[in-house]
Order: sequence, then structure tokens, then C-alpha cells
Amino acid sequence: MASKAQVDAPDAVRVEYLLRLGDDSLVLGQRVGEWCGHGPVLEVDISLANLALDLIGQATLLLNAAGDGDRLAFHRDVLDFKNCLLVEQPNGDFAQTIARHLLYTTWQHLLLQRLTNSSDRFLSEFAHKAVKEVAYHRDLASEWTVRLGDGTEESSRRMAEGLDWNWRFVPELFEVDDIQQATIDRGIGPDPRKFEDEYRSAIAAVLSEAQLEAPAEQRPILGGRRGHHSEHLGHLLAVMQFLPRTYPDAVW
Amino acid sequence: MSSDWPLWEVFVRAKGGLSHRHVGSVHAPDAELALRHARDTYTRRLEGVSLWVVPSAEIVASDPDEAGELFEPAESKIYRHPTFYDIPDEVKHI
Repeated sequence: MASKAQVDAPDAVRVEYLLRLGDDSLVLGQRVGEWCGHGPVLEVDISLANLALDLIGQATLLLNAAGDGDRLAFHRDVLDFKNCLLVEQPNGDFAQTIARHLLYTTWQHLLLQRLTNSSDRFLSEFAHKAVKEVAYHRDLASEWTVRLGDGTEESSRRMAEGLDWNWRFVPELFEVDDIQQATIDRGIGPDPRKFEDEYRSAIAAVLSEAQLEAPAEQRPILGGRRGHHSEHLGHLLAVMQFLPRTYPDAVW
Repeated sequence: MSSDWPLWEVFVRAKGGLSHRHVGSVHAPDAELALRHARDTYTRRLEGVSLWVVPSAEIVASDPDEAGELFEPAESKIYRHPTFYDIPDEVKHI
């Protein structure tokens, strides 16, 4: 839970917001990167690796703006990570990975479109650069959702299961806590509630084209922004942080 | 999986004014995804500004056994090469 002091200190709000966005990109980049060498076909393997590299690039910019990017990525413990729960969810099969990517990057795209108007110069410039990358992610995830959903009986079932797994983590994307409110008040970040309707209709349009029903509403799971993570994140960080923690002086 | 997918030939235009050039091929289930696979495979390092994908099955190729009759007659016709006059420096991409 954010303390009052944190919210009142302007720089602390900015750093916290940079960590939230940076950790989202870092953790999703690491997750998608886990596919490298395991993609269902060579072309998809390359495509997923490209997505992962875009996300790691975003994380590098954001975490370096928040502080020492490498230290933040490799020497922080799980409770200090501020990513949303959606991005840390396991890859599952290809359809579950695509479902997660659709649900996250559609939100990220709507966010970045608005973040280009941020009162913070770095965030505005960052958003101008990243919004094009993320538009491609959203587009690719939508294309695959349609092909898998409107594909064979098996691909359609797997796509529905992938959406079902990730659906309960969507409400967290639109949560406004004290820190989020402070970013809105200062014009640093947009109010996500203002694009929730647009998000819901965009997802509904993709699902409709994919001949899929929206999953039944589930009890939302929240807490990632406060460091309350699922058990999956610790395993991800163990793999990602092992080398720099075991060999702190390692260099390329 | 990918063996079930048709093959597509990929052509990249490196920059405005240049022709599309053949760079390789990708597997993809349909044209839209072929473009995306081509983008991810062949333009990752800023290689291009435009992409074409063409179903490989639609390419009509000459028969290697006919190479002699098709190509060898051109060998002895040096007057067809534009080497007997100077090309102005302003003319690019020749």
C-alpha cells in the first residue's frame, strides 16, 4: 500500500510510474523471450523473439529513466516489482501466449496513444517511439487470435482456454490507486478508466471476428502494482536474475 | 505445422526509387501472416520500406535443361551492353 509520503513527493510518483510501466515491459519481454528456440515454427519463433526484444528495449528506456536500469532489473526482489499480474502469467501454449499479448498490448497501445501528451517530456517522447512498436504487437496478436479462434476445433478451444486463463487479470489494468491518481492529477499519465470502454469494445470486436465468446466475468485478481505477485513471477526472476546475481562482475 | 503452410517468396524494396528484390521465403498460412512473417524475418535491421509476398507456387520458372537455348545466344552479343557511351554521374542505380 502506498504511504501518503510517497504520493506527496513528486519525484517518487514519477519513479513509481516509470517502474510500473518498465516492469510491465521487462516481465512480458522475458516471458515472450522464453519462446526463443521453442516456437511452433521457425517464422513464429523469430516473430516472438522480435516482440520480446521490443519489450526489453522499452524496459531499458523506462528503467534507466527510473534509476540504474540494470540494478533495477537484476538486483530487485520479487516484492519490489510493480508490474501488473497479467504480464507475469505463464506462457502456456501458443494460444495462451497470444491471449495474454492481445489483452496486454491492446491496453498498452491505448495507454501509449494518450501518454504521448504526457506533461513529462521523457514519457511523451518514449510514448511517441513505443506506440508504433506496440501497434504492431496489438495487430499481430489480433491476427493470431482470429486465426486460432476461427481455425480448427482444437485451435478454437485452446484460444478460448488461453483467454479464460488471462481474463481475471484485466481489471487490474484499469485500477486507479493513490499513485495512479497522483500521475493523473499531475498530467504525467492518463486515467485508464477513460479508455476502458474503448478497450472492452476493441477486444469484443476481435473476439467476434474470431468467432469466440468473451469469457465469463471472474473475480478480479489485483495487487501486482503493490508488489503482491503470483507464484509465477519468482520463478521468472530466478531465471532472469541468476547470472548477474551469481557473478556480479560478469561483463559481456 | 509449417510444412502444412504454403511457401511465400519475399521481395523487399530497400528504399524509395529502388526495385523490390528477392530476399528469401517464409512459410505462412495466408497472405496477411506471410507479410508479417516477412517483416519479422527480413526487415529487422531496417532493410526495407516496402514488402511484397508472392505464393511460391505462382512463380513460373524456366527449365534448367533449356538454359542453353535460352541464355547462351546472348553471350556473343556485346553490342547489347551499354558500354560504348558514358553514363552521366547524375543517373543513379544503373
